[in-house]
Amino acid sequence: MANKLISEMGLPKSIANIFAARNIHTAKDALSLTEFELTELLDVGLAEVTTAVSSISEISCPPYQTALSLLEQRMHNEHLAGHLPTRLKGLDAALCGGIPFGVITELVGPAGIGKTQFCLKLSLLASLPSSHGGLDGHVIYVDTESKFSSRRMIEIGVNSFPEIFQIEGMAQQMAGRILVLQPTTPTEFSECLQKIKDSLLQHHMKLLVIDSMAALVSGRDGQGQCRQHPLGWHMTFIKSLAEFSRIPVVVTNQVRSHSGDDPFHYSFQDSRQNLDFPTTFDSHLVAALGIPWAHAVSIRLVLESKSGQRFIKLAKSSMSPPVAFTFAISASGISLLHDDGIEMTGPEINGICGQGVI
Amino acid sequence: MEVSSLPISASHRAKLISAGYISISSLSSISPAHLARDLGISENEATGILKVASQRGGLGRTIPSHHSIVDGAQTAWDMLHEEESCRRITTSCADLDDILGGGISCKEVTEIGGVPGIGKTQLGIQLAINVQIPLEYGGLAGKAVYIDTEGSFMVERVQQVAEACIKDMQEYDSFLRKDLPARQVDLQANDFLANIYYFRICSYTEQIAVINYLEKFISEHKDIKVVIVDSITFHFRQDFDDMALRTRLLGGMALKLMKLAKKFTLAVILLNQVTTKYSGGSFQLTLALGDSWSHACTNRIILYWNGNGRYAHIDKSPSIRSASAPYAVTGRGIRNLASNCKRVKLM
Repeated sequence: MANKLISEMGLPKSIANIFAARNIHTAKDALSLTEFELTELLDVGLAEVTTAVSSISEISCPPYQTALSLLEQRMHNEHLAGHLPTRLKGLDAALCGGIPFGVITELVGPAGIGKTQFCLKLSLLASLPSSHGGLDGHVIYVDTESKFSSRRMIEIGVNSFPEIFQIEGMAQQMAGRILVLQPTTPTEFSECLQKIKDSLLQHHMKLLVIDSMAALVSGRDGQGQCRQHPLGWHMTFIKSLAEFSRIPVVVTNQVRSHSGDDPFHYSFQDSRQNLDFPTTFDSHLVAALGIPWAHAVSIRLVLESKSGQRFIKLAKSSMSPPVAFTFAISASGISLLHDDGIEMTGPEINGICGQGVI
Repeated sequence: MEVSSLPISASHRAKLISAGYISISSLSSISPAHLARDLGISENEATGILKVASQRGGLGRTIPSHHSIVDGAQTAWDMLHEEESCRRITTSCADLDDILGGGISCKEVTEIGGVPGIGKTQLGIQLAINVQIPLEYGGLAGKAVYIDTEGSFMVERVQQVAEACIKDMQEYDSFLRKDLPARQVDLQANDFLANIYYFRICSYTEQIAVINYLEKFISEHKDIKVVIVDSITFHFRQDFDDMALRTRLLGGMALKLMKLAKKFTLAVILLNQVTTKYSGGSFQLTLALGDSWSHACTNRIILYWNGNGRYAHIDKSPSIRSASAPYAVTGRGIRNLASNCKRVKLM
């Protein structure tokens, strides 16, 4: 809507011509200037400018929906009301049915915790026929760390859905629906995303997995601006991919050890309080991509291991309270030990523990 | 006052000055026909200029009237009266309501910021529901506009919060009228959902457009009592190289939102992200969009982790003292931290 042409907005001819003569062709051009700058530039009175700007705004503003119509639309038009079930009962319940369509879901955790296993399982689930609770579509798997293993995926499939995989040729058909891309440089990665955009529009794509986002983007280390900018582009691009094609997007993120002793604080927080801050975390791990990225993801699942148990924690989600589940990895992939989550009120929901990962 | 300060087009201004009309007072006793001849413009245009000039000049003149000394001004006493009659939107967390003086106040712009996952969107959704609590339960019986720039609005969650809110009202009902037969709360979660107008914004241009359009939208849709922007930051953080332009656009947007809040007596909630800032030898967390933006909002609330819980801190407010209060994000929405106090506080 931002690039709508002013000449096609049905403004009075006289004023539309003035906009065109000053090289202001789109809504973006016009709205990037304040009303006073426009009076100056267009050489017309403030009243005319205000009227023109308000009609441009009205036309380029996207239409509204009520939350109710949004809900009904999801219920009617989308398979499973817009969620990809993970088949982990407790987690599905907390997420109102599974990984939601249209937003980014992030998996973050130390190496070897099971992020890739989770991604493999999700890919399988999305490719299953809808008679078996899948999405019956293609999956794009962007594997930046060369960790994708078809053998392991088939193994998970055979063990979790024996009834499907015993049918002759089914394994081939399922695996044939999963397209793996393996970019090795940031540039290739960007090209990949562009290609994905084109094919999403044409084909029957049901899931996009990026494993991992951090490997390529944060490979070049450095603080601040220089790193945030390319990430910013990827971030907006992936978000809009998810949004417009209404598919679930699952992205993994690595961890880094934290350089400082403390997590960041606000200036108004008493520095003495910081000393009391629980420093019981065995190792200080933080998600590799920083705060701007964390703001961009809609759902963050933290996978960690603590005192010999693996936990999956719903660290960020606008759908549910923070809960944690214990899980194990077996031949059939990832599975929860208990379907009842442990509700966590404290900041430990965000902590990432890497203790004792085998 | 100078002619150059008039909001008229540059060519008219140049013509005025070259014809010798430098001060506004020189325009006070001149006919449109005369001015049109002097400047070589049409009589209509001349009338327009004179109108603008007389409006501008009028501000400086003191016309004694029984109502007020300066046109458009309001005495502090009247304002106090108005403020007292102004209702507040409860946050469903009694502790937070206490430090806010009863809830989020209408007629003001309130910014709420915090780290990812702290519960900004949750609080936004909660407020969109709470604004609709009927008058007899101490609510505003209003409607909500939700402007989503990040795509984080989860309609399933809205439904959960609405259902919890209805349940709370039923409890409240039976609590107050123990001896009377229980009255049914004839509200459905779907009614709540139908009163939330949702805009999905995909670029900063659309964000500016929607805020320009809101004035018209709100006058067409009665009873809108809260406008929530989730988040104000996202697009302005991504697509900008020209920081001066960003500051100007943000400033303009803040002014328009403030005007809306005043004109329609509604609360404007802006959700903001955090960033790190290097000061005093260490990195500190601060809300995004920079220092000039921090002047734009009337109130600023920061949500943060403290010890074992989530806290809200009033960082800036002209009327209430700076304080912190704990809150919790539960399955039912935003609530008090203590589990024995789960009931919504209704005024």
